[in-house]
Order: sequence, then structure tokens, then C-alpha cells
Amino acid sequence: MTALFERIQEIRRRYPDELSAVMPALQAAQVEHGGWLPREAFREVADALDLTPAYCLSIASFYDMFRLEPVGETVVEVCTNISCGLAGAQGVVEAFERELGLHAGETSADGKFSLRAVECLGGCGWATIVAVNNRHRLRVSAADVPALAAELRGEVSNGDA
Amino acid sequence: MATPEVVFAHTDGGAVTDIAQYEATGGFSALEKSRAMAPDEVIEELNASQLRGRGGAFFPTGRKWSFVPKPEQIAKPHYLVVNADESEPGTFKDREIMLRVPFRFLEGCLIAAYAIQSKHVFIYIRGEYEQEFEVLRDALAAMHKKKVLGGVTIVLHRGAGAYICGEETALLESLEGRRGQPRTKPPFPAIAGLYAAPTAVNNVESITTATSVMEMGGVEYAKLGVPNSTGTRVFSLSGNVVNGGNYELPHGFPLKDLIYEVGGGIANGRKLKAVIPGGSSTVILTPAEVEKATLDFDSLTSLGTAIGSAAVIAIDDRCCMVQLGIRVSQFYEHESCGKCTPCRVGTHWLTQILQKIEDGRAAQSDLDLLLDVCDRILGKCLCPLGDSDAIAVASYVDKFRDEFQAHIDNGGCPLGGSSSLEAVLAPVAMHHAAHEVAHA
Ligand SMILES: Cc1cc2nc3c(=O)[nH]c(=O)nc-3n(C[C@H](O)[C@H](O)[C@H](O)COP(=O)(O)O)c2cc1C
Ligand code: FES
Repeated sequence: MTALFERIQEIRRRYPDELSAVMPALQAAQVEHGGWLPREAFREVADALDLTPAYCLSIASFYDMFRLEPVGETVVEVCTNISCGLAGAQGVVEAFERELGLHAGETSADGKFSLRAVECLGGCGWATIVAVNNRHRLRVSAADVPALAAELRGEVSNGDA
Repeated sequence: MATPEVVFAHTDGGAVTDIAQYEATGGFSALEKSRAMAPDEVIEELNASQLRGRGGAFFPTGRKWSFVPKPEQIAKPHYLVVNADESEPGTFKDREIMLRVPFRFLEGCLIAAYAIQSKHVFIYIRGEYEQEFEVLRDALAAMHKKKVLGGVTIVLHRGAGAYICGEETALLESLEGRRGQPRTKPPFPAIAGLYAAPTAVNNVESITTATSVMEMGGVEYAKLGVPNSTGTRVFSLSGNVVNGGNYELPHGFPLKDLIYEVGGGIANGRKLKAVIPGGSSTVILTPAEVEKATLDFDSLTSLGTAIGSAAVIAIDDRCCMVQLGIRVSQFYEHESCGKCTPCRVGTHWLTQILQKIEDGRAAQSDLDLLLDVCDRILGKCLCPLGDSDAIAVASYVDKFRDEFQAHIDNGGCPLGGSSSLEAVLAPVAMHHAAHEVAHA
């Protein structure tokens, strides 16, 4: 908590106007809280920036990357926008659904995985793009998914799956 | 094919992320040259280059900088804000620029800041671009150590997932710590931008190209490309082509050569059905139009479309155009900031009507209604986000009317479930039944 407070003060100094620090402060809080923003996070950010928790929530709720509910340790995001869609992204989503036992939009009961379909990730020429905790895997096809899922589950996947 | 590399100069196809290597190939000499000139002379070079903005609107960069008042005219700090929010579907060039030529890009930031007499640069980088953020952060640290910043601060500000924040006034709102909703213009950012102070907002590629312009000289740069569209452009090629990727080519390059030669043609031996030439918001082209088009402002404008963000999406004959419309419209609906009613309601409405057509539930009048809703969005909002949806969808109807008609006449999709975009899932809100249990 105090570490977060200090961190936010440091962020605050980068900007001529402290309100600008709200987004990076929420980002820092989200990291601190394991990938999402629980109620107390808004209180912490608000206190550190002399804002209200309600204001902080109004910002967080606008942006897609702020999570207002818990997410899995590993967040798998499959782009289903045009270029990835044309390259078979739907097959990739369905393969992950089978492998992870989740529907797109869900988090597993053990808190290990979240699966989402997302808008264009900016890798269209290397479709399909799959982001694993924001790191992009390029040219993923449905056939690649079983091996990728095994890797994410921590199963050794040195050889060909 | 000799293609001059300007943006990606001195990279040999790789990345230059080491500052010593960058300096060894002339790095920071353009900055040094600029700082030896008067700020207005730098702007003159940009004017001579005829460089036009690479973010989508193609506005002359030198002119934009010249609109920023002199410090003696407005005694507030001046700001350079770089738009690295790249999120127009199909577009992935700025990302490669930041990864491969981070110093060239950051040198451009310092040149631009010098030209508009600013000491404060903010780079608003798309939140999802984590690796790109790290590369820039490390490059900045190296520049700091080498003392090339010259008293200028460069702050990397990470976005958090909102396409609308690519629109410059929404970006400024977001950077000021508010929800990213566009402002009314005027005042334009040049006069009252960030913190109501004079601000230039430029795209990553425009800024990176400014380094090249100062290196080569504006007149030399203007010899590349074609009239009205000088220089090179990093084209993002994607869709059903063999070799998707970013390709730096001179403006005026034939579109068909980008697809069939550079891109290796249509994948899996399929036939080309349509091309989106400048990002998802631009008017679609038929194969006959593709034959005639060159990749520059004049050619694409004369074909009724736009060069936009230079993102070329090739679509093969397996794709249902109604489904394409649905997916495009779902994107704009999802990304509408909600401020203007025609956009907030209209994008949703378009998706609904298109879905009705796709499902075979539509009457003839629904097709008229679809175009009518497009008309009621166009030009009626603070920013062009809703327009993008309307322009794209109306163009699919215009160019592929028979296919839309067939959906209505046949009571469903003529491709009968075999379309490449069949049932493609749009993002849905996260739902957390599993966690409710975990927390109980
Ligand atoms: C909805 C919308 C999204 C936009 N997204 C971007 C973007 O991601 N990157 C960008 O550089 N410009 C984007 N623009 C254009 C910017 O508003 C602005 O024109 C541009 O950053 C100016 O830079 P330039 O003159 O160097 O091209 C977008 C515009 C609109 C209306
Ligand atoms: S369409 Fe998937 S990354 Fe752009």
C-alpha cells in the first residue's frame, strides 16, 4: 500500500498536471492487485492523487484494459478482427475453448486462465494474433493451439505436440 | 525492384536498438543539423519535403507545425504529443517502426519539439504494446545517458485499450486524465491542445520520417513518390495474401503489385474479391478498381476511397460481404465513446440491421434503412468514428449490392455457412461466474 503510494507520487511528478497521473496510477494499482482493480484499489489511487474513488472508477470503466473483476493468472486474448478473422481466428478461439474448457469471456474456477476474443491487436499481417499476458504470438492457427495450451499449462513442450 | 528505405534506413531488415550502432550510421546528425538552424528553417525543410501526416488525415506536417504559435505569442509551455495509439484495424506499421528504429523515431521527436519550440514531449502509446513500450523506455534511457535530449523531457504515457484515443482530441483528454472523448474543434490543438496550451499532435511515422527529411533535405525527399504524395510509406499488408507484413514503398506504387508481387498473391490459390485500401474505415475496392489503383492520395481519392492509415487488407472469394459489414460495424459499435448520439446509436443499429440481413430475416426495406442510417451518422458527430462505420458499410452495399440482395431474396447467406468470417466472435464483456464461486 505505501509502496503503491510512493510509486504514484513518482508517476505524478512526470506531469505538469497531476490529473494526468490517474491512468498510470491505475495501471500500477492493477499490477499491485494481481491484474485487476478491487474496490480498495480505487480508494488507494484516489488518496494518492487527491481524487475521489468514484472519479477513478469512472476512468477505469472507460478503458478496456482496466479489469473490474478478477482475471486468471494467464490471460489469453485472441484477435477476431477482420484480418485475423479472414485467417481463421474463429477456429483459434474455438480450439482454446476446447483446450482450456472455457468460453470466450470466462475465467477458470481455479483462477488460472482467462480467455477472451479481442479487437485488432496491431499484428494483422501476421494473423492470427494471440496475446498471452500482453505478449503476442504470431501466425497462430487452430492446429497450433493444443501445443500452445500445453505450454501455458506448464507442461513441457519441447518436442512436437 | 529498388525500393528506397527512408523510414527503415540503415537497418538491413533488422532492428537498431543499440545507440552506438545508431550513431555509427549517422544517428542524431539530423538533430544536430536541425539544432544548428532556426526553428522556422526546420519547418521550411518540412514544407519543402511536402511530407503529409501518416496517421490518416494526410495533413501537411510542416504546415501543422507552423500553426503552433511562437512562444512570444502564447506564454504557455508548448507540447509535442506523439500519437502511438495505433489501433485502426489492419494497421500495424507504427509498432514495427518503434521496434526497429526506436532512435530514429525519438530523434524525430526531438526535431519536431525543436521546430515548435517545445521542451515537453508526450508519447501516447497503445496500452497493448508492451514490448514496444519497453524498447522505447530503454532507448530513452540510453539517450539520456548520452545527453542528446538537450533539456527536452520525453514522457511515455501508456494507453489502456480504447480505439477512440487515437483521435487526437480524445487522446489529449485521455492524457489529461479524463475519459477519452473527443473535444469540439475549434479550438484546434495547435492553439489550445494539451492543458489548453499550443500542441502539435503527430503520428509515429510522420515523426520518424521527419528525421529522414532533415537528413536528406526536404527537396531531395520530395523527389521520392509522386506529386501530392511525396516520399515513402510503410504499408501494412494483411488479409488473404501469402506474405502479410509491413512494406516500405514509394507512394504511387501500384496496389496490384503490392498484393501480387510484394505480397506473393492471394493465399491458397483463391481469387481476390475485394480490397480495403487504407484501414477499416475506408471505402472498399473491387478487383477491377484494384487493377487501376496506385497507392497515393490522388489515385485513391479519385476512386472514391482514401489512403487512410495505409493498411491494405486483401479479401478472397470465401468472404461474405454482409458478414464483413457486421464485423466492421461491431468494432465501431464497441469503440464508440458514447458522446454523440448518431454514433452511439447508429453503429449499434447498423450492426443489428446487417445481422438481420445475414440471418435472412430482412425485408427489402431493411436495405434502404441500412443506407438511411449511414446517412444519418455521416458528418453529424464530433469525430469521424461513426462516419468510419457508415462509410465502410455503405461501400460494401454499393460495390456488392447483388450479394446483399441475394441474402434478402434467398432468406439467408448465399455462401451457406462456408464464409471465411462465418460466426466470427466479436469481443464480449468478461463474465465471472467462476470467480463468484471462488469468492463466496
Ligand atoms: C477514430 C480515430 C482514430 C484515430 N486513430 C489514430 C491512430 O491510432 N494513430 C494516429 O496516428 N492517428 C489516428 N487518428 C488520426 C489523428 O486524429 C490525427 O489526425 C493524427 O494523429 C495526426 O498525426 P499526423 O498529422 O502526423 O498524421 C485517428 C482519428 C480518428 C478519427
Ligand atoms: S486484425 Fe488481428 S491483429 Fe489486426
